[in-house]
Amino acid sequence: MRLANVINLGIKELRSLAHDPIMLILIAYSFTLSVYAAATAMPETLSRTPIAIVDEDRSPLSTRITEAFYPPYFLPPVTINRAEMDERMDAGLDTFALDIPPDFQRDVLAERNPAIQLNVDATRMSQAFTGSGYIQTIVTREVEEFVKRYRPSATLPVDLALRSRFNPELNKSWFGAVVQVINQVTMLSIVLTGAALIREREHGTIEHLLAMPVTPFEIMTSKIWSMALVVLAACAFSLVFMVQWLLAVPIQGSLALFLAGAAMNLFATTALGIFLGTIARSMPQFALLMILIILPLEMLSGGRTPRESMPEVVQFVMLGAPTTHFVMLAQGILYRGAGIGIVWKQFAALALIGLALFTYALARFRGAIGSMT
Amino acid sequence: MNLPQHVQPVARLRDVSLRYGRTRALDEISLNLPAGCMVGVIGPDGVGKSSLLALVAGARAAQTGEIEVLGGDMRAAVHRQRACPRIAYMPQGLGGNLYATLSVFENIDFFGRLFGQDLAKRERRITELLESTGLAPFAARPAGKLSGGMKQKLGLCCALIHDPDLLILDEPTTGVDPLSRRQFWELIARIRAGRPGMSVLVATAYMEEAARFDWLVAMDAGRVLATGSAQDLLARTGTPSLEAAFIALLPEEKRKGHRPVEMTPREAAESAEVAIEARDLTMRFGAFVAVDHVSFRIYRGEIFGFLGSNGCGKTTTMKMLTGLLPPSEGQAWLFGQLVNPYDLDTRCRVGYMSQGFSLYSELTVRQNLELHARLFHVPTEEIQARIEELARRFDLTQVIDAFPGALPLGQRQRLSLAVAMIHRPEMLILDEPTSGVDPVARDGFWQILIELSRRDRVTIFISTHFMNEAERCDRISLMHAGRVLVSDAPGALIKKRGAAGLEEAFIGYLEEAAADVHESAAASGVKVATAGARPGVGLSDPHQPDRRPAFDFRRMFSYTHREALELRRDPVRGTLALLGTVILMFVMGYGITMDVENLSFAALDRDQTTTSQNYILNLAGSRYFIEHKPIIDYADLDRRMRLGELSLAIEIPPNFGRDVARGRPVQIGAWIDGSMPSRAETIRSYVQAMHAEWLAQKASRAPGGPAPGGLVTIETRFRYNPDVKSLVAMVPAVIPLLLLMIPAMLAALSVVREKELGSIVNLYVTPVTRLEFLLGKQLPYIALAMFNFALLAVQAVVVFQVPIKGSFLALTAATLLYVTAATAMGLLMSTFMRSQTAAIFGTAILTLLPATQFSGMLDPVSSLEGVGAFIGRIFPTTYYLIISRGIFSKALNFWGLRTSFIPLLLAVPLLLSLCATLLRKQEA
Repeated sequence: MRLANVINLGIKELRSLAHDPIMLILIAYSFTLSVYAAATAMPETLSRTPIAIVDEDRSPLSTRITEAFYPPYFLPPVTINRAEMDERMDAGLDTFALDIPPDFQRDVLAERNPAIQLNVDATRMSQAFTGSGYIQTIVTREVEEFVKRYRPSATLPVDLALRSRFNPELNKSWFGAVVQVINQVTMLSIVLTGAALIREREHGTIEHLLAMPVTPFEIMTSKIWSMALVVLAACAFSLVFMVQWLLAVPIQGSLALFLAGAAMNLFATTALGIFLGTIARSMPQFALLMILIILPLEMLSGGRTPRESMPEVVQFVMLGAPTTHFVMLAQGILYRGAGIGIVWKQFAALALIGLALFTYALARFRGAIGSMT
Repeated sequence: MNLPQHVQPVARLRDVSLRYGRTRALDEISLNLPAGCMVGVIGPDGVGKSSLLALVAGARAAQTGEIEVLGGDMRAAVHRQRACPRIAYMPQGLGGNLYATLSVFENIDFFGRLFGQDLAKRERRITELLESTGLAPFAARPAGKLSGGMKQKLGLCCALIHDPDLLILDEPTTGVDPLSRRQFWELIARIRAGRPGMSVLVATAYMEEAARFDWLVAMDAGRVLATGSAQDLLARTGTPSLEAAFIALLPEEKRKGHRPVEMTPREAAESAEVAIEARDLTMRFGAFVAVDHVSFRIYRGEIFGFLGSNGCGKTTTMKMLTGLLPPSEGQAWLFGQLVNPYDLDTRCRVGYMSQGFSLYSELTVRQNLELHARLFHVPTEEIQARIEELARRFDLTQVIDAFPGALPLGQRQRLSLAVAMIHRPEMLILDEPTSGVDPVARDGFWQILIELSRRDRVTIFISTHFMNEAERCDRISLMHAGRVLVSDAPGALIKKRGAAGLEEAFIGYLEEAAADVHESAAASGVKVATAGARPGVGLSDPHQPDRRPAFDFRRMFSYTHREALELRRDPVRGTLALLGTVILMFVMGYGITMDVENLSFAALDRDQTTTSQNYILNLAGSRYFIEHKPIIDYADLDRRMRLGELSLAIEIPPNFGRDVARGRPVQIGAWIDGSMPSRAETIRSYVQAMHAEWLAQKASRAPGGPAPGGLVTIETRFRYNPDVKSLVAMVPAVIPLLLLMIPAMLAALSVVREKELGSIVNLYVTPVTRLEFLLGKQLPYIALAMFNFALLAVQAVVVFQVPIKGSFLALTAATLLYVTAATAMGLLMSTFMRSQTAAIFGTAILTLLPATQFSGMLDPVSSLEGVGAFIGRIFPTTYYLIISRGIFSKALNFWGLRTSFIPLLLAVPLLLSLCATLLRKQEA
């Protein structure tokens, strides 16, 4: 292997990329606007939730409860009768329906422990769960405050001091911004290397290259280093300027350590890009393959939803994907300030997976040369 | 123009101009094309021949000027509708309007249906046409696997199926071997004999061919240079051949610097040294033998030509010589060294120019030269001087900082040669370097080659399908169907066969070879003879218009049938269509989960009493939390939380049990991992609830405490999904998403693919209407989407265990409406997309965003505001989502969901009519 060839070919890749406006726009968009959008557009779990109330008591207490629901968490409650309740729920008009029984206030004051029925449309997972917690708290609070005027309460003086670490206010934009950066690193590295290979094939320049005194190993390595460098630079820029500066998200751990981890991940994902480039015969085929590969990588790596909620089979299979380890180390470093002493295992796993992917992709690349055109 | 007086023009053009962006393809052309004869449009690539033909055929929309064809104005849609069944148009490129995966029969059948012919008529016509063209033995072979000559014959069959009055052929013989070419023209001649009234308009770059046409139009740079018969043109210019006449007709500045190519004979004495030797080189791709025992020997300084049609094995042989392809059998030597793909030193002695000019269009001329110099290890200090030298020699100094894409073909090809020469190779391997280049530039190129060979003693191995280029080689090999028929000096070959020219000699060898191979015999010799015996082949039908109603189901099903066949034969699209939804459903079912379970927690218990243990057990006993081994100290807590091992850490203070018993205020500490805010929120609510529960328990047990249960009980009923499982909620929501994205993408691809491959021209020039085209394309994808729906339903019920509680019939009906709308959306997007890649990403983005964000998948539409709410209200997914959830989870039926069916019913005709309005029936 001649280092000069690898460097010269890599510079050629960078120049080619510089003349591809669509790819440049894609890179710029991925690391700026899309990060910003993901950070600011993370929906609050509860926002303008539709709720209906069946008030069979019509007492001051029931009115008080009805009035306790207001925007932005809830839409103003719709007062309905019992008969309408089922129909509205079936039609998907309300997520919650609260049924306050007759003589509710009287029973509360008489300490008869009356029951309020809360109907939840549990097909709307995002609102159903958090929302019912909110509603329980609101109802209990309103009832307690109402009763307080009549007699003192008696509860044990055991306090629970709840603190969130790493993100004390549970600010969703912190999460959204960093997850987006992590996902874009994977997506772009696969797209750029795969497209770089397919572009050469479509323009017929690959056979031209192969007839020169350069080896497949040199060609592949040059594509990997150049595209990885672009993604790494864009990612560093995005973390410093978009995430830390513009969105003011604090990064807990060492940026350098994270970039080292990203570089390890890029080694694996760029090799994956080359691999896909050898399978696909054309850009459209590559695009179709991408959809089937990138979506699972993004959704099942534990970046968006916690790994422990997935079935064990899925968890196990995804251990073979580089992104799973990258997400773990990225979350450890960026969210929780982990050092190398804590995330070294992920580094080791990425190195192994990267090496395996690289070797396999190189073998395929060599083998595919014959059928390249 | 000088038109024969007695002939009425079949087409009249007046001041016709055509622009593509800034380039002017046609520049104020006025022309009358005579009817009933063979009209040739001659000139090199890119002078506007194809544009002219496409305008006459009605495939391309006119911009300025008047075009009259068959006595009507081609700008009027009414006339086009009337005229197009009388015109047949065969676009450029081998099989440009054919479908590669369809068989010969299926291709012709498709066109027959498009022209509204019934089964009996089609079968009769197809049999006649196949017989007369000699394609009958290959009726079942896919068009993509035919040789160039057979593809063109098939194209002709497709064009002739409806007995046209005007036949328009755009470069029908480019890249076809001379025998097939001759057979092609013989076929045309027979057809014209059977239908004397038929006008034929042909574009060609082969001047020899054009000499046989009745009337010629010579074109250059979008203008007409001259018109008239071949004799006229020769007489006018005083030249012996049409090629020379064409050069003479060119404007002065183009001819500047042109001088005829002069051959200097090679000195025989120095020919001892062998540069290239091949012995029994064979290449097999599966069962197909691309190169069959090819042997030859090329001497140093020789120009050796490989002559043959497209696909005869020239390129494959060259690739084996460069080491790009390891041969299946046989050996080759370069400079006495066995070709070895790992031998990089030999590569430094060879310059290779592959077909289609492999230059980096993103690098400037200088950067291209520099890159190659570096890769070939030209010493750094010499690079600049070498670039200057080559730029001077190949006349590239003026364009040294331009990008190759902006250069004319002739210059680009000189640049390619310069790139191949940068390292002073002793040998050049050039694969069809001059195809598509105008004659003046071609001669300039050859002058350089001759100089290289004679002066620098560079060995040149060149392939071509131009006869006059082959004549300039020292020796040539005639190649056909993977075999070398004969190798010798061109003059010797002509003499050996006693032929008038090289072309005739080549044809002689081809016929000889064909006699050996029974397959080719069936194709050419025998059948042509029998067909020739029958005058007026396949034209016995009196010309009568076929049935042509406004909406023809036969034409629509023609597209349906074709699309279904193609889909069945494309592995990648087929896989995506069938497995894509299933794979993605797995991913999303598990990926978009809201369940928060199996949370890891550990406690730092500084009390170690039964009370503290009771508190911890209260957490550990729930199904949400899993206890890990106890925390030792704060450092341990910190480490394990940073690692992500613990989502929750509990600290119980010393004397907790005692203080609780005495009713003294006491505080339990809880740390939540906040890195995933939504998970943290759920943990917080769990911990709070359990804490409250524990307190209530304690209080009720305490003497004199309040009655159990507190003031009020809230009975929460999670309806439709009592266990609050994510899958139960997600599966009915993911199905609408998948049944939108993938069918829309496939439908969009199906149209954009035709645009990219060129077969969209069949929509432009046949009587098929836009609605027939759209519906025809849509039907197979609707069927496929319904099949996908069945797969998803089985997956939901069997794999994910999410039962369908309501009416399955209602769900199926809603799905049918929905996927019709989804595929119509894909078609709608295809009307403004040009490339397949754009179609894939564009459809993905344009369907995913509204479907995931605005259709109530996570937040109900009523919770949305602004643009999101508006999109949510008009997007079909919103309503199908309500139906899907209603039937899967809420046990509803038709009646309960009637209000959601109405928007779906409205969406289908609305989307389709929008598509039909936006789709163009002509190329803009």
